[in-house]
Amino acid sequence: MSEGITLSVWRGDKDGGEEVGYQVPAVPGMVVLDALHWVQQNAQPDLAVRWNCKAAHCGSCGAEVNGEPKLLCKTRLDDYAGETVRVRPMATFPVIKDLVTDVSWNYQVAEQIPPLDPAVPAPFTMYQEDASRVQEFHRCIECFLCQDTCHVLRNHDGTDKYFGPRFMVKIAEYEMHAVDQGDRVPLLAQAAGLNMCNVTKCCTEVCPQHIRITDNAIIPLKERVVDRYYDPIRTLFRRLAGR
Amino acid sequence: MAQPVSSGTTRPAARRKKMPYWVEPLTTLVVLGTWLLYSLWEVLFHNTGTYHNYISPYFSPGIAGWFGWHILTALYVAWVPFLFRFTCYYYRKEYYRGFFWDPPGCAAADAPRKRYSGETKWPLKINNLHRYAWFLALIVLLFLWKDAVEAFIFPHHGFEVRVGSLILLVNVVLLTFYTFSCHAFRHMVGGRRDCFSCGGKPSQSYRFWSRVSRWNAFHGAWAWASLFSVWAADLYVRLLLMGVIHDARLF
Repeated sequence: MSEGITLSVWRGDKDGGEEVGYQVPAVPGMVVLDALHWVQQNAQPDLAVRWNCKAAHCGSCGAEVNGEPKLLCKTRLDDYAGETVRVRPMATFPVIKDLVTDVSWNYQVAEQIPPLDPAVPAPFTMYQEDASRVQEFHRCIECFLCQDTCHVLRNHDGTDKYFGPRFMVKIAEYEMHAVDQGDRVPLLAQAAGLNMCNVTKCCTEVCPQHIRITDNAIIPLKERVVDRYYDPIRTLFRRLAGR
Repeated sequence: MAQPVSSGTTRPAARRKKMPYWVEPLTTLVVLGTWLLYSLWEVLFHNTGTYHNYISPYFSPGIAGWFGWHILTALYVAWVPFLFRFTCYYYRKEYYRGFFWDPPGCAAADAPRKRYSGETKWPLKINNLHRYAWFLALIVLLFLWKDAVEAFIFPHHGFEVRVGSLILLVNVVLLTFYTFSCHAFRHMVGGRRDCFSCGGKPSQSYRFWSRVSRWNAFHGAWAWASLFSVWAADLYVRLLLMGVIHDARLF
């Protein structure tokens, strides 16, 4: 008797929906996205799922598998042997249809971040020590799984108070750049809502690119905000220097 | 033809069976809560932590003795390491998850607390001053090193190695790693710079920052290890003082 996969997929739209079960034949090495494609081809052609590269590079296929934010194309089904695999859309964002969510809020946030402002015109020389630090942030594929798991956005409806971990990484990428002369610390302390983050590291745990979001982006940025706004001795010296 | 889900090979990155999301925060709650209760018992109900040449980390440095105070002598110093740990970025993760349930686990479906302001309001705003707690903790650490050295020099016997000596030494080593892997320290030694090589070669601050960054990757491990070592060191001295155990000489 062949072994099958029991898939439970959330079907619906902004007005509501429910999980629908499917039996999918198993193939070695199969990922969740393969199973959803099988459902599309053999049972429900109108099942909506966003995907593109199927190689964990485009960041399109973010969803929640058994409650965990995951890339559907990188999540193997043999990790769930013997379990019902429940696939739901990312809870932080409004549903468009089935597993497809409206992530456009993220692009509105991105527009609020001042881009790189190099002190010297490109091409400029950067040494590896400086490049390595920001290269980690370049690995981000904008899958928004970190935004999905961030409890400020997800549980506390904080989209008007906090930009979310993805954009802390983006700001860190510019702010720690060796030739950037921009100043995004006031933005961090105010509109970006950095201190809404309580460093509980869920974003780091779910990042499929293994970016150490909290340790290498959020906490160093928090320390920069402390330098500017909370450190009494640095504030005193700054005032004495007339800055 | 359909085939078994498992390919029969073990993948190194195979997903672990996950425990329910509440197991980890509940464990934190129980362990940190027990440690807090033990610490309160130690600080509020004992006036000495000195047994011959051993000094419990809760009672060092003996500030109260410098001024001739004899009540709650641990209280004058124990707040420093407590403040350091309370404001520590790693412990913040642990207690926000374990004590505040904010969040209990990643993507957990619990109903959220109604009011949440992160670290934007007092008293949690105090966490922004972690660097000052670090400086205070550094002073205490220096005294603990002095205590660790003195734990090997016994009155009338000279240099000896006993179980207590090793416990105090291991404790101060773990505390040193915990202190110098701190995120705020990492920022102070070089993290606040944008350019490490603008002079044409890696700066000294880059070397410091790189080293601290390597230690910082294990900050959580140092945090737990040093918490248990402080606990063990204090309990050992306390049991010696109570006459429950005897200090064994190794060589």
